[in-house]
Amino acid sequence: MLNPDQIQTRLEYILPTVEKPGRYVGGEFNQVVKDWARNIRIALVFPDIYDIGMSNLGLAILYDLINQRSDALAERAYAPWVDMEAALRSSKTPLYSLETKHALGAFDIIGISLPYETLYTNTLNILDLAEIPVISSERSESHPLIIAGGHATFNPEPMHAFVDAFVVGEGEEVLGEIIDVYKDWKIKGENRKTLLGRLSQIWGVYIPSLYRSHYFDDGTFSHMEKLEADTPLPIMKRIVAKLPPPTTRFIVPYIDTVHNRIPIEIMRGCTRGCRFCQAGMITRPVRERTVDEIIQAIEEGIRNTGYEDVGLLSLSSSDYTHILELVNAVGDRFLSQHLSMSLPSLRIESFSVDLMNALKGTRRSGFTLAPEAATERMRDIINKPVSTAQLLDTAHAIYSRGWTTIKLYYMIGHPSETMEDVQAIANLCKAVLTEGRKVIGMRAQVNAGVSTFVPKPHTPFQWVPSESIEMILNKQALLKRELRGAGLKLNWNSPKETMLEAWLSRGDRRLAEVIFHAWQNGAKFDAWNERFSYDTWLEAFQVTGLDPNFYTLRERPIDENFPWDHISTSVLKKFLTEDYLWSLQGRTRIDCRQRCFACGVLPTFADLRRMNPGEVWQCPEVKSKRIAVKDFSVNMDVLSPGD
Amino acid sequence: MRIRINFAKTEAMRYTSHLDLHRTLERTIRRAALPLAYSQGFRPHPRINLACALPLGFTSECEFADIWLETKLPLDSIRTSLAAASPPGISINFIEHVLLDLPALQSSLLAAEYQITFMSPIPDLSRRIENVLESTSLPRIRHGKTYDLRSLISELKPLTSDSDPLQSILVQLSAMEGATGRPEEVVLAMGADPHEARVHRVQLIFNNYQRSLPSNGNPI
Repeated sequence: MLNPDQIQTRLEYILPTVEKPGRYVGGEFNQVVKDWARNIRIALVFPDIYDIGMSNLGLAILYDLINQRSDALAERAYAPWVDMEAALRSSKTPLYSLETKHALGAFDIIGISLPYETLYTNTLNILDLAEIPVISSERSESHPLIIAGGHATFNPEPMHAFVDAFVVGEGEEVLGEIIDVYKDWKIKGENRKTLLGRLSQIWGVYIPSLYRSHYFDDGTFSHMEKLEADTPLPIMKRIVAKLPPPTTRFIVPYIDTVHNRIPIEIMRGCTRGCRFCQAGMITRPVRERTVDEIIQAIEEGIRNTGYEDVGLLSLSSSDYTHILELVNAVGDRFLSQHLSMSLPSLRIESFSVDLMNALKGTRRSGFTLAPEAATERMRDIINKPVSTAQLLDTAHAIYSRGWTTIKLYYMIGHPSETMEDVQAIANLCKAVLTEGRKVIGMRAQVNAGVSTFVPKPHTPFQWVPSESIEMILNKQALLKRELRGAGLKLNWNSPKETMLEAWLSRGDRRLAEVIFHAWQNGAKFDAWNERFSYDTWLEAFQVTGLDPNFYTLRERPIDENFPWDHISTSVLKKFLTEDYLWSLQGRTRIDCRQRCFACGVLPTFADLRRMNPGEVWQCPEVKSKRIAVKDFSVNMDVLSPGD
Repeated sequence: MRIRINFAKTEAMRYTSHLDLHRTLERTIRRAALPLAYSQGFRPHPRINLACALPLGFTSECEFADIWLETKLPLDSIRTSLAAASPPGISINFIEHVLLDLPALQSSLLAAEYQITFMSPIPDLSRRIENVLESTSLPRIRHGKTYDLRSLISELKPLTSDSDPLQSILVQLSAMEGATGRPEEVVLAMGADPHEARVHRVQLIFNNYQRSLPSNGNPI
């Protein structure tokens, strides 16, 4: 393995020949360099280029937390772009960390962020570039432990062959426990199997090699068998009972990245229950930070980074309990300092316009609304009940307050969607534009972003078929025909890329072979339109004898076992089933802050809720002592409903 | 008040572009909590003015930036807070207080001096230099326009002997608007590979460089 000096010398020759060499050098403000010899070494990897990975909040938090420890260090690595990869491979230079230029293979642990499925082939490629065997079972004690976490790993099965340990859920606390176990194991000098066995005992850690999957003759999934008696089944996701103070010491890149801002998470989880939304199901319960904590974090963040932009992040900003108080406090304190604030995911109501107006500062870009569907029938099915009148009123208010562009986000391919529902998207965009023209004339602009719905595991829509390519193309053709002319702009996703996401999202262990073949035949940067090769993936399916449509086009029977059922988000399958059946009847649920629907979060985490009473959580208070953690058969009547 | 900063752009920021350097300075000033002035108008811009863009891949020990602050502050405290807020790629040499109505740095720039170090030995380095210097003209085409590289070279000399394992040269090139010499062109004219050359800017030469103001604000 090359040492850092050797790698540095190679870079002298390589970097002047590649595009944007600033991606590969490190040395930024707030980078942390610690003593290599005296620490457990963790490389945090985002499997896409620096420009994207540097904006990932999850890894920034873990970087900060690990480097605060006295016995561990964290450094960073990202996927090299294709020109850099070619230069590394031709010079036999392994992928290295930005901080100290150590080969990734020299680290103890490599932690990989997998927020979405199109990063899977890049993950294999990164391991290969690091000269680490991509297949987990081919790695020995001399190789780093490969961990992955992030939203995509709530169905870890397609990546089971490549990752040693998955972190299911929130990483803040569990990573520390993994480091503790690793450190102890390293001192004792035991074998890899012992390490994996011990890691499997940590709440939120899933070791795929300790389980075997079984299938029925028709190819559907039967069950997951645990290979050791004391291995946990199901694997419960990890949560932090109370959100820790936000990270504010972000690394400030020397080059432009996708988000140049201080990201502050104001709230985690969502109570709305949109049925298509995986994030809304897997990040429960809702936990909020206090206004004071957020204001203090913004102040610290500015002092630590000098960024000109602050992102107040959550899945649904309008639902933050003290949103008006927060927005006013932020407006009072920061807007005179040439800073801009963003507040994404606002509800469709004129109050949102008041909120944005208080934050407008010096910049006025487009105002984003996400109705997701255009007919009330469709919105009832997906449980995002907003009336068309309400949308038009909100649009009117937005144009009246000085915005000229409204971005409308929709999805096509919702369950039972017809061409009329798609036509309604076009009609509604035009109606919004008409509203805008009444207020500001021809300056009014509507940008429609229409993506394609992909059914995700752990959601009430995990049973439904994905839209076929032909159908997607038909629907997109209609929209392209309708949404043209002055004031209208349409963005859409490539249906082939949507297919890849759809295959992998609800895949099983057998897909690991497909991923491996696709990668071997050159698939990488699948999230990049110009790099993605649909044919490579079809070929990989063919080689492995699997039918891609099995994973996407099939309506799955209500009693089907899923390859991800052993991963528990604490939301019960019973609840998801009921919600799916409700959707078929067009029945909606109100915000669960108003009334608890017994999704399963509360009985699972009753002890944590009891220890964190009040507003910290948005679930009802737990009074009964009879509810024990992980008791799935609890009678929800004993819970007192929230106020 | 207008402050002139002289700084080194070091190894860590070698691959940071001119535009990104601008942003880095803006963030450094915000971290330093200095009251940076902004232009008026719909989209206010921070008032930061760099003397001369440094090409990607070069390092420098002599970059100049003028910045405007909304309030007057003691020079010492500005220096201390800037130094503390600077990233590893920026090292401040000195700062001075300059007159508000001085012309922009770019407009009085005459020439730039570079030290070029070759990563592998160049045979007959001194002869190659002489060849360049003895040419009466070195016509080149850039962006469809012809120019004479030779006339842009005011000085070119070896800094090491031919037997030195790590050879380096010094070149002074015109840096006036419309007549800017590029070090890598000189390397090519010497028959060497620019990818093998490390370029470090050592000096910017200005016409009539105005010295700083003493603490009472009057010119010296």
